[in-house]
Amino acid sequence: MNPRSIGLVFKKDLKSYFNSYIAYAVIAIFAAATGYLFFNLLASFSVLSFQAQANPMVAKQYNLLNVNETVVRPLFGNISIVMLLMLPLLTMKLLADEKKSGTMELLLTYPVKDAEVVMGKFFACLAVFAAMLLSTVSYPLLLIYLGEPEIVPIITGYCGLFMLGAAFISLGIFTSSLTENQIIAASLSVGILFCFWLMSYSTMFVSPTIAQIISYLSMNDHLASLAKGVVDTEDIIYFLVFTGLFLFLTLRSLESNRWR
Amino acid sequence: MIEVEDLTKNYGSHLGIEGLTFSAQKGETVGFLGPNGAGKTTTMRILTCYFPATSGKAMVAGYDCFEDSFEVRKRIGYLPENVPLYGDMIVDDYLAFVAGIKGVEGRAMKQTVMRIMGDCGLETVVGRPIRELSKGYRQRVGLAQALVNNPEILILDEPTNGLDPKQIKEIRKLIADLAIHRTIILSSHILPEVSLVCERVVIINKGKLVAVDKPENLTTNLGDGSRILLRISGEREQITKALGTVKGVAKVKPTDDRGDGDDGSGGWGFVVDLDMGADGEQSILPMVVSNNWKLHEMRAVETSLEDVFIQLVTEEDAP
Repeated sequence: MNPRSIGLVFKKDLKSYFNSYIAYAVIAIFAAATGYLFFNLLASFSVLSFQAQANPMVAKQYNLLNVNETVVRPLFGNISIVMLLMLPLLTMKLLADEKKSGTMELLLTYPVKDAEVVMGKFFACLAVFAAMLLSTVSYPLLLIYLGEPEIVPIITGYCGLFMLGAAFISLGIFTSSLTENQIIAASLSVGILFCFWLMSYSTMFVSPTIAQIISYLSMNDHLASLAKGVVDTEDIIYFLVFTGLFLFLTLRSLESNRWR
Repeated sequence: MIEVEDLTKNYGSHLGIEGLTFSAQKGETVGFLGPNGAGKTTTMRILTCYFPATSGKAMVAGYDCFEDSFEVRKRIGYLPENVPLYGDMIVDDYLAFVAGIKGVEGRAMKQTVMRIMGDCGLETVVGRPIRELSKGYRQRVGLAQALVNNPEILILDEPTNGLDPKQIKEIRKLIADLAIHRTIILSSHILPEVSLVCERVVIINKGKLVAVDKPENLTTNLGDGSRILLRISGEREQITKALGTVKGVAKVKPTDDRGDGDDGSGGWGFVVDLDMGADGEQSILPMVVSNNWKLHEMRAVETSLEDVFIQLVTEEDAP
């Protein structure tokens, strides 16, 4: 793979995100949605704090008054749900649109490898996602200004969100490579992501071994431990393998287009 | 420069092209002619390494399109049929992107883009998003992206499709200028275009090769002799019969052309096929004069590539 070609594809797709206003729309809506969720978490925390002042019984439930437990951790959970709904909107056009408009034909006859195209697009989308995530940094900063949250879980939580986003994007690129239709691409990736998300619900109804496997595959379990500040290589490997696997499948899918 | 041997491509059970063999020398402009769905685009996509052939061999600039596709892709410029471009991008950005991908680096980049925009008459659309361009300018941008790395070989799929007559003329001129030191393969279903621009014509129909030759050879080879058009006033049936008996005349066909009047005062039209080298024209005139008919018009009809094309393609249709 030639990093120069990856860079060129990256630049092209990043520009197209901004020239088409998709990036502005998605970042703004993402910031508004997560901001609203953060406001509610913070408001309920302050109500709890007032109650604790008046009622020592509430104050005894120490966990409730921990900013990390009541605000930061649920905030990461909320952000990840908004990501699940918004990132497929960013990824859906990446390959489907090129196929539909026919630009794929030109792109694949340029002296550029499929892998370079896929990586360039992946990084372009990742960059827009990083900007989305950056728009939420003001919330923990506000918490640090107002109170004394633990910093480490915030940092590991953001790392977790970033890796989660990379995984979402790789899946989104894959579904985008399967079809010319952006709506189908987006629906597919939202559907698959929901499956990975909600998998852990069924752990109660199956045998312990299967429950363990399901719990390992489930995405939010991996994010949850990072949001607690626990850095487990298992979680990191999970996200890396997930991302790598779907980028690899995207390449295979592009290749199979050529043979059809 | 381009060698295609026994090339076959199936799409599942549907046949794209079958057993295609032709070649193009360095510096030659080859026209690819065929009705819609004949397999022109399929062949071009194989040559540009967009997809591989089912069987057969395609060599471009000495490299195999399948084995060394990267080397081939470095050396070609391709303009697909409907000119797919990124609507979101600014013209200059787009051309810079393509130049970069095709290996133009650093400082040379800006110059290359400026030069190519000048060559293709794009100075007036600098800084404009591609989606705002008219069809003619889009076509130029398409040509510019094909030319940006100054490739030895150009593959153009219906480059004048959907343009207005003025634009067609401009694009044809551009192609003719480019043809001077490049190998060009150009597909079209517009016949005059091919006979105008190309040195050699490859005619395909339903995925099979029908004919390969120079345009002038194709037109002369088709009719065994020459064909003339006559307009004579008199009794139509008698004239037809009399013309048929003239020495050197192979075939007489009355036309619907009646000259000025419906009564035949302007003369009846006839298309006469002459035998090769028999000087039939010479014997027609005395015959007309001796019968006291009046000759209004007599001119040679040149067989156009259009006739060749239709004849070849319809022959193919016959069981």
